Amino acid sequence: MIVVERLSGGYEGVPIVKDVSFTVEKGKILGILGPNGSGKSTLLKVISGILPATTGTILLDGKDMKAYNARTLAKKMAVLPQLHANAFSNTVREAVSLGRYPHQTGFFSSWSELDERAVQYAMAQTGVTRYEHTPMEILSGGEQQRVFVAQALAQTAEILLLDEPTNHLDIAHQRQILDMVRKEALECGLTVIMVLHDMNLASLYCDELLLMENGCMRAIGAPHEVLIASQIEEVYQARVATYAHPEIPKPQITMMPAASKHQQRAVIVKEDFKITTDYIQLKSNIPLKTVSSAVHNPGIGWYDCLVNRSVAGDYIIKDVKREVAEFLQREHFSLTSTVVMLTAVSTELVALNEYKAPFGGIFVVVTAGVGKAVDVSRTHERQDEPYIGTINTWVVINGCLSEEAFFQAMMTANEAKTKALQSENIRDELTNTIATGTATDSLLIAATQKGAEMLYGGPITDVGKIIGKGVFETTVQAIRNYKMKHRS
Amino acid sequence: MSRIVFAYVTAITLLIISIWCGVSIGSVHIPLEVLWNKAADETAANILWKIRMPRVMLAGLVGASLAIAGAAFQGLLKNPLADPYTLGVSSGASVGAVMTLFFGISIPVVGLYALPIFSMIGAVLTMVAVMTFARLVDRSLKMETLILTGVIFSSFLGSLISLMIALTGEELRQIIGWLLGSVSMRGWPYVQMIAPFVVIGSLMLWTQRRELNVLLYGEERAKHLGVNVKRSKYLILAGGSMLTGAAVAVSGTIGFVGLVVPHMTRMIWGSDHRHLLPLSFFNGATLLIICDLVARTIIMPRELPIGVITAFIGAPVFSYIFYKQRRSKGVRV
Repeated sequence: MIVVERLSGGYEGVPIVKDVSFTVEKGKILGILGPNGSGKSTLLKVISGILPATTGTILLDGKDMKAYNARTLAKKMAVLPQLHANAFSNTVREAVSLGRYPHQTGFFSSWSELDERAVQYAMAQTGVTRYEHTPMEILSGGEQQRVFVAQALAQTAEILLLDEPTNHLDIAHQRQILDMVRKEALECGLTVIMVLHDMNLASLYCDELLLMENGCMRAIGAPHEVLIASQIEEVYQARVATYAHPEIPKPQITMMPAASKHQQRAVIVKEDFKITTDYIQLKSNIPLKTVSSAVHNPGIGWYDCLVNRSVAGDYIIKDVKREVAEFLQREHFSLTSTVVMLTAVSTELVALNEYKAPFGGIFVVVTAGVGKAVDVSRTHERQDEPYIGTINTWVVINGCLSEEAFFQAMMTANEAKTKALQSENIRDELTNTIATGTATDSLLIAATQKGAEMLYGGPITDVGKIIGKGVFETTVQAIRNYKMKHRS
Repeated sequence: MSRIVFAYVTAITLLIISIWCGVSIGSVHIPLEVLWNKAADETAANILWKIRMPRVMLAGLVGASLAIAGAAFQGLLKNPLADPYTLGVSSGASVGAVMTLFFGISIPVVGLYALPIFSMIGAVLTMVAVMTFARLVDRSLKMETLILTGVIFSSFLGSLISLMIALTGEELRQIIGWLLGSVSMRGWPYVQMIAPFVVIGSLMLWTQRRELNVLLYGEERAKHLGVNVKRSKYLILAGGSMLTGAAVAVSGTIGFVGLVVPHMTRMIWGSDHRHLLPLSFFNGATLLIICDLVARTIIMPRELPIGVITAFIGAPVFSYIFYKQRRSKGVRV
């Protein structure tokens, strides 16, 4: 455990780090973040005793750091600074063995079993065992970095200070080093303080983060308490946005590049839509931010091609992912920038309408197969196998939506769809109640993200109103097209 | 481990062979048996024990001192071109020695040892001055800065010596030859004069063998790994200066031994100071004994100063290391 209390210090009596206090419990990892020149590395140097502390105390397991001499301190606390190659050649093994220096005492002390085990363990943990006899200068920067991590690990100290341990490493080796550090913390109770440049890595691996600004503490706490977009923007003077990590509950941060001056035409026009016998397609000049429940490329993403593909009623739904990929390759669509929906309705029954609005306007595209409509409040009575329904709805917006506006727009559109089924008196055949949709409806909201951002997309907002009206009218029209076809 | 044993066996074997060559080859050939049987050839035994053996011993001790000091300086300064000669420490020691003779300084208790003691003081002061000045010029203490500073100090100190010689009469003229570096006509007193300092200085460096390994990664890293950097630095600088001072006191300035020997040793056996220091010690002795043998036999009956031979070998090696260091990437320059 390390306790830092009101610590100030720096070069030649000029405090660069001012009044920093924190505690890292045994087995925990503290990440130090901050812009260049915010005093991260200086703080680490003051803690490791390389630079003098002008005021404040550092307690290692309750004992003042000043009470340790160089050797006993090195047994307690290992440090990995940012390193550079030296002029003489060592083998990897020799370099790692130096980590045992503080444990070798006396005039003739020899290499013990314990020393050997620590070195072997450190090399194995960092994956450098296979370079054991290779001279350091032959290794790449990343490999050298791992050797230095091994050197610090061989010290078998209880506290480990790391200054940008992932410098020069590719993501596989970043992961290896940081996984190893976390494992040592969890399983062996290693207490870790590390300076990291990469906020996302810091968020993933640290229990707590300390954000530095101009040598002072700006924030300290769990990653989600520190990595707040507005705070990061202020400290780093750069536009950022936060998002959730796909697998673990830690926030991630991404920067927002300055907008380019040369923008292509950023408006969707009716001519961008194309209807063939196989599919309805929208090909955009710019990628659209898209939220959808499509078959191919669902979820949130940026895509410039939307396809609503008509398939036969007996289409085998089980192998759909692979079959759609094959279809895209066959038709020369891009696998990564195309969103695909499937419908059992033929493409000539599509309803496509444009609605103008002050912010730009929207297009609504609907294909509605309502032969197998269901009442969602009664579907628990059914035991059907999955099949293709389907009401597919696209809402393409010439405008800019916030995250919540996207989801509100989806709700608004879906409510309008249900209302259309009600007004057309579409019924669930099994229960004879008003249907709310079909079993496999798909909805897509796409926006150009140009113009002023619309924060909300609920039913009484500018965009919500036009979505409500547009989706209702267009769905009604599509249902009538369907009915007309199936009546004749 | 067996590799290291082999390294020591080789070094000691070569040393024994060089000693034997050193004492037996010359204008008078000395048969092997006089070593243990003086009676076999009275004249030969006299030449061996009175003239050649002390000369070989002195050459060996000087070579060993300069080589181990060079190895330690290079490790401490992380500078492969550092050695007592290139750093100007040898010149400083010379000034100390010449001043002792010039002013006729003698200290009652130390007697014979006044000369090496003043040489050492000269060496230490020069070392401190060179380091201080180089650090003023360039905080990061680049390789070139340090060597250039060494050259500047060497020239300056050299001119001081010339001045002192010019100011005295004939009696110090002989010093000129001595300053060029020679181990001839010294005899056993000189071996006695240098021996204790060689032992103490080498032991001081040897205690720092592990610290030197760590110091290769810089003072900051060494501190992290638990080295008492200040103490290590003082011990290494003091030990190295003591060895240089002692060597210069008896043989003048012999250049490049401290550069060539550690470099070769490192190239063949690696840069682990636990072995680099003792191996440099033995190999330095061997090299200087052989150089001295060449110096006194190559243009017989005349003799070359031994410094001529070492410079002849050393300068190209210096150039090679400099070239290699500047060419290879990832090396701090």
